[in-house]
Amino acid sequence: MSGAALPETAAVHWRPRADARRLRGRGRTWTLTTVAHTVPFIATAALLAALEPLSFPVGLALLAHAWAIPELYARRGANVVRPRPRADAAPEALALGLLGDLVGHDARELHARTGLVPERGALGVWLVGEAGALLVTPGGRRVFCWCVQVAEPGLPSGDRIAHLLLALRADEEGFATVANLAFSGAPWRLRRRLVPRVRPALDAGVRMARVSTPSM
Amino acid sequence: MSRLIRMDTTGHSTLAEWTAADGAAVERAAAEFRAQLDAGYYAMVTEGEGKARQVSELPVEAELVILRRPIAGG
Repeated sequence: MSGAALPETAAVHWRPRADARRLRGRGRTWTLTTVAHTVPFIATAALLAALEPLSFPVGLALLAHAWAIPELYARRGANVVRPRPRADAAPEALALGLLGDLVGHDARELHARTGLVPERGALGVWLVGEAGALLVTPGGRRVFCWCVQVAEPGLPSGDRIAHLLLALRADEEGFATVANLAFSGAPWRLRRRLVPRVRPALDAGVRMARVSTPSM
Repeated sequence: MSRLIRMDTTGHSTLAEWTAADGAAVERAAAEFRAQLDAGYYAMVTEGEGKARQVSELPVEAELVILRRPIAGG
């Protein structure tokens, strides 16, 4: 990926530029926030059970909350790569041709199966969709879900992906700066919230990321 | 033959074609290029696997110049 800064970063000038170190920090903060959201429910349920066993229905409700909150976050992450409605067939086919010219055979094949295009970068393995991207960090133990898209109505799916792919290739850190973080966590937590068609893309991304040197 | 294409609702549109030896075609392409940048498009040139570069002048030697819209966090 090349060096010049993505011009779109000017629109989010208050954000520090994303890099591997900052992403590690954001990942840790995300995990701590999730723990802070769930542990109080679990602790309260345990305390209630110890003080008054008959309060178990309340305890169960608290545990349900502790389970649901991380699941809702993971679902929000999965939504960034949820397939969108398609444009007319002819523009879709034309856009797909251009996208196919930009990527290699394996990426074309994965896109045909899952709707996501894999792209190896310095920050990890990206899986680029129409309205967002997943980033599997080197080692494959954490995934970031980014909400990012081109604000042009009526574009075919292939063109939406090509927009993101070109921006990513021009400035990976700028791309991660512009995008909004929707989720960060273990791939298995995200996987079960993805639509089934998209799951093989995450599996492939994790496999590719395991080949990379773990640094995050 | 080099091409200037714009990603749009049709899939993509070819706005100009030129060869480096054809000065008039290059001039037409450069004018179209500037008009598209003025309209808010960004011009990208791919540079091998996994690399792309944004350009602000028409790269006459490039085979393909792609115009894209800005992206933003959703």
